[in-house]
Amino acid sequence: MSNAPVDKGRRRFLTVATSVVGGAGVVGAAVPFIASWNPSAKARIAGAPVEMKIDKIEPGQLVRSEWRGSPVWVIRRTQAMLDSLPLVENNLRDPDSDEPQQPEYAKNKHRSINPEWFVAVGICTHLGCSPQFIQRDFGAMEGVDAGFFCPCHGSRFDIAGRVFQGVPAPTNLMIPPHYFIDDETILVGEEEGAA
Amino acid sequence: MSLMNWIDKRIPFSNSMKLHVTEYPAPKNFNFWYLMGSLAIVVLVNQIVTGIWLTMSYNPSAEGAFASVEYIMRDVEFGWLLRYMHSTGASAFFVVVYLHMFRGMMYGSYQKPRELLWIFGMLIFLVLMAEAFMGYLLPWGQMSYWGAQVIISLFSAIPIIGDDLTTWIRGDYVISGATLNRFFALHVIALPLVIVILVFLHLIALHEVGSNNPDGIDIKKPKGTVKPEDQAQYKFHPRYTDKYDIVDAIPFHPYYTVKDIVGLVGFLILCSLVIFYAPTMGGFFLEPPNFTAADPMKTPDHIAPVWYFTPFYAILRAVPDKLLGVIAMGGAIVVLALLPWLDRSKARSIRYRSTLHKVNLTQFVISFIILGYLGVMPATDLYTLIARICTVLYFGFFIFLFIYSKNEKIKPLPERLTK
Repeated sequence: MSNAPVDKGRRRFLTVATSVVGGAGVVGAAVPFIASWNPSAKARIAGAPVEMKIDKIEPGQLVRSEWRGSPVWVIRRTQAMLDSLPLVENNLRDPDSDEPQQPEYAKNKHRSINPEWFVAVGICTHLGCSPQFIQRDFGAMEGVDAGFFCPCHGSRFDIAGRVFQGVPAPTNLMIPPHYFIDDETILVGEEEGAA
Repeated sequence: MSLMNWIDKRIPFSNSMKLHVTEYPAPKNFNFWYLMGSLAIVVLVNQIVTGIWLTMSYNPSAEGAFASVEYIMRDVEFGWLLRYMHSTGASAFFVVVYLHMFRGMMYGSYQKPRELLWIFGMLIFLVLMAEAFMGYLLPWGQMSYWGAQVIISLFSAIPIIGDDLTTWIRGDYVISGATLNRFFALHVIALPLVIVILVFLHLIALHEVGSNNPDGIDIKKPKGTVKPEDQAQYKFHPRYTDKYDIVDAIPFHPYYTVKDIVGLVGFLILCSLVIFYAPTMGGFFLEPPNFTAADPMKTPDHIAPVWYFTPFYAILRAVPDKLLGVIAMGGAIVVLALLPWLDRSKARSIRYRSTLHKVNLTQFVISFIILGYLGVMPATDLYTLIARICTVLYFGFFIFLFIYSKNEKIKPLPERLTK
């Protein structure tokens, strides 16, 4: 044992260096624990695109499918439904779909590729309930019969999934990436031309 | 007692028993409200024991969870009793915890020097809510599923990282078997461990500063200021008597253990009435939609959380903006934790405080109860308006308190405990 005086600077350096290296080790060791909470490979595969047949859908009818575990709606809108779209605009939060809740090709008044066919994720943007499709007596305003009503917290959306003012939901319903494979089929979950 | 000697030489058993049980000085004037702490511990033990037994027959998978709960109810011997003890225990836990917290507010038990004790209590409350929420997903009924959907979506209100965060919490793009499995792990291992540790810290902090009482005055006087004949005539642990002269105190055991047992018997009778005659408590303890298996494609017409979350849920709904609603809900809990610093009154107990304070606390309790009622009801225009008023009053309690407590006119505090 040497009786040399303690070199405080050296001791401090060693303490700090050990703490930093130890801290980095803790951060590194935390990675697998945190990353294991991400969706597994199996869950990611289940998020693959789905095909929906639309040739048997009647005007005014809503058909559900499932994509990434969420309900996806396809609605064949009637002319009356399309006519109601301009009527409600003043009561909407985001009538021009400025929020990025849709692909570019659905950023229009009817929020779809083809005005007749409306495709949306049927999940309320407030807290994730699935809104109901109301076909008559929507009650939002005179002359508008159809829309979506979320039973959880009373949010209302028009027939293009645009959210009304004064309800808890902050944004319009989400439009998933999709395209028409042919006249009878829509692929939900992928852009046209994507790999 | 040579065996005891042998043990005490190796672990401080006798000393700890004296320090925390047989020679712990408790104020002699504890009333009904002081039962809640020990009742909460009994309920915690009930939850742990019945919970362990339930895991023996429960199957934590999206395919098997709902059926395994039915199996427990119908085929496992006394499975129905174990499950109802567990589900009733969850509600009973919140009943006693809310009463326990109200007791603290009434008698100013959060005031200096008990701030940290109060903070530990609030942390227990917070973890308990997480524990109850995760437990409610496990039966995998409709309300389990959609209730969890709503609560997890709260995190999506956080700007930028919100959506990725919710996916990370769920482990999937929606609530799925992955979510169920991790909630099971957290519900049966992680959170109970945290709760037990926090309860331990809560008790250590309590015994360090000593119990408050309905008069809100100290029973520990500076050493040498009280004549021996005026001191409490019981043997207390030197850890307490070395530093203080103790007045108006009795040892926790046997006096309060016996008192608590009387309260416990009454409490268990009430719990038994629920368990045997009204296990769903009219839909408040177990909600009707939860007797249908979870269906991700169909939302029930009306989603309401279990009753113990509804006051905070009503605050969330009262705010017409998603992010602000989540902030208000979180704030409603945070502001409670800040009570020790918001209340600047020189008196602790409501017995010696101003009429203004009594009115304020009363309106707070009424607002809280109305919010709790509104949280189970559908959101109509009228109800939303009332919820907004009550939300303002809820937060108003703390703001008013902060303002008037500084120079509050209080009644003269007694030297010694009254009765």
